[in-house]
Amino acid sequence: MTDVVHKPDLAPPVTTVGVIGWVRKNLFATPFDTVLTLFGAYLVITFVLPALNWAIIDASWSGKDQSACTGEGACWVFIIERINFFVYGFIDEKFYWRVNLVFIMFAALIVPQFLAKFPKKAWLGWFLVTGYPVISYILLVGGSFGLADIDTGKWGGIMLTLVLSFVGIVAALPVGVLLALGRRSKMPVIRGICVCFIELWRGVPLISVLFMASVMLPLFLPEGVNFNKLLRAMIGIVMFQSAYMAEVVRGGLQAIPKGQYEAAEALGLNYWKSMVLIILPQALKMVIPGIVNTFIALFKDTTLVLIIGLLDVLAAVQAAIVDPAWKSVATEGYVFAAAVFWVFCFSMSRYSQALERKLYTGHKR
Amino acid sequence: MADKPKAAKGLTPAKPPPWNNPAVRSLVFQALALALLGYFFYVVLQNTMSNMESRGITTGFQFLHEPAGFGILMSLIDYSETDTYGRTFFVGLLNTLLVSSLGIIFATILGFTLGIARLSRNWLISKLAVVYIEIFRNIPLLLQIFFWYIAVLQTLPGAKHSLKIGEAFFLNNRGFYFPAPVFKDGFGLVVAAFAAAVVGVVYLVKWARRRQEETGRQFPVFPVSLGIIIGAAAAAFWVEGMPISWNYPTLKRFSFEGGGRIIPELMALLWALTMYTAAFIAEVVRSGILSVSHGQTEAARALGLRGGPTLRLIIIPQALRVIIPPLTSQYLNLTKNSSLATAIGYPDLVSVFMGTTLNQTGQAVEVVAMTMAVYLTISLTISTGMNWYNKKMALKER
Repeated sequence: MTDVVHKPDLAPPVTTVGVIGWVRKNLFATPFDTVLTLFGAYLVITFVLPALNWAIIDASWSGKDQSACTGEGACWVFIIERINFFVYGFIDEKFYWRVNLVFIMFAALIVPQFLAKFPKKAWLGWFLVTGYPVISYILLVGGSFGLADIDTGKWGGIMLTLVLSFVGIVAALPVGVLLALGRRSKMPVIRGICVCFIELWRGVPLISVLFMASVMLPLFLPEGVNFNKLLRAMIGIVMFQSAYMAEVVRGGLQAIPKGQYEAAEALGLNYWKSMVLIILPQALKMVIPGIVNTFIALFKDTTLVLIIGLLDVLAAVQAAIVDPAWKSVATEGYVFAAAVFWVFCFSMSRYSQALERKLYTGHKR
Repeated sequence: MADKPKAAKGLTPAKPPPWNNPAVRSLVFQALALALLGYFFYVVLQNTMSNMESRGITTGFQFLHEPAGFGILMSLIDYSETDTYGRTFFVGLLNTLLVSSLGIIFATILGFTLGIARLSRNWLISKLAVVYIEIFRNIPLLLQIFFWYIAVLQTLPGAKHSLKIGEAFFLNNRGFYFPAPVFKDGFGLVVAAFAAAVVGVVYLVKWARRRQEETGRQFPVFPVSLGIIIGAAAAAFWVEGMPISWNYPTLKRFSFEGGGRIIPELMALLWALTMYTAAFIAEVVRSGILSVSHGQTEAARALGLRGGPTLRLIIIPQALRVIIPPLTSQYLNLTKNSSLATAIGYPDLVSVFMGTTLNQTGQAVEVVAMTMAVYLTISLTISTGMNWYNKKMALKER
């Protein structure tokens, strides 16, 4: 009994822990795995590294014109020199502060929404979709409060993209919710109208909707009445995306158990009260990922307005890269535009994932 | 609580006033909606009529029989400038169908590969797949099309300095050139042998399944069928004395002649559609595979199934139930997105018909209606098919 001596446990073999263990387990577990890893390494060496090299190490960052670029790497000078055009389009430089103010207000209103505990967060959210658009309209269009007019034809770049997507998002959600409710209505006529509307817009490409908005809308209106191009594009985008939104929301409505509808009725709530207080809060929460995906799709789809002649970020890049003062800067321009879209879309998708986790209250069974 | 219930006096409740009767209300609402809609369409129609009259546009589809008078970059059917506007419709439609079907095939292959790579236990492969998916999913398709078309394909060298693989495949700023097959007389027999072999294999599969159900004995269906199909076609090919030759592209003074050519517009569009849609398909595939719970794999193992049959008989059928509906909607998106062709001038339906033809004839209403009808028909056909499949595959519960 006494000769049992407790020795400390042996350390695990070095090949199963630490860096070596990790590498063996995750990169070289089987011969096939090794082949895959080598293939992956080949991809990294041939595509990823040269791309990084081009974009960062060999790139030219400072200078005034073409001569500052060595030609080896990316010519970011081009982007830096034309950044005002990419952000504001053709808006006169003396009006930049108005656009900036709109941007800053947007940032100030949206950032609290991402923070967990912020006082009066819900009020700020409501202000973002009610008061803020009005103030932005006054600032961006002008013509009142002593502000000079800005022609909407001069809007462009990131500013136009953001305006189009903001309007699209704020308008498409309520229209989509109404369409979804209509599609589940017990009244055959209302249901029929909503089904036709949704299926019609979902069945055709956005380009044809925009074409229709730009070519056919003027034909539909009485003579003398005319919307400007921007408004027509907005109408097209909202019509199109609200149909998609309706289908997403309908998915949520269908997932609510019948007991919830019956309970709302038993409480004596009328249709709108039971929808707004009982059904929609649960249904919308359930389909947040789908709603944000629709927002992302809408944001990306705003690029299509260049086909009907509006100057969004992509169109601004397209216009700038053919400038004879700069040679072969197409790739830089597209990479810049891609980065702009990527940042917005990627953060939206991450936000939706975070929100989904936060709102998860155990309804999924 | 404040208002007194009127029904308290008698046993039967007093009839509610008509404006509180749900049936009456719903009738009134519907009649109102219908009237508003009718009025809306009436006004639109009136406006359109008067607008078209003042612009001197005649309505109707007669313009389809008039000569078009413009050339089209690429056509799958014979087309010349003297053909009618009606024919431009079919040229565009076929080009749309071509790029969509090719895009669907390539995007499916790439998307499934990426989706599986995303779930790989190999860290590097899975991370590379994530990077690919997150980059290409979050950049607008139109931007990607422009990138491939303007920043990549248009900066390729000219015909004389083409990139080449051997002396058969050439890539330059005018497109991709490849040897085109030329079929000689006896090739019909090869096709016939192939078709016969396929029919034979169908019967073989039926027989093998019946035998397995009756006796439990399995038959190596896949290798045998593959052998029959390849063997029959190869035998016919050899008997007929190899009735095929290749027409190689050759460099003439400024460009290539002979062989087949894929125009850069098609390449850029196809490439962008494939890369973009594949990123979405990869996510669909991933969620489908993850939706099959691990218990299914364990149950299959407990029944004594090996890795291959587990995947084939247990996992994939259940994953497909989740994958197919969103996959179909990705296919639909790809088809609709192919209309972005108009931005780089690939002659698809929107670009040819809703672009050039509309501009030349001014028949906006007819042209837009026809184009939308085509896309609607495609969408509705596919979604009807999908609903049917969904019903067939849905879990049969109590």
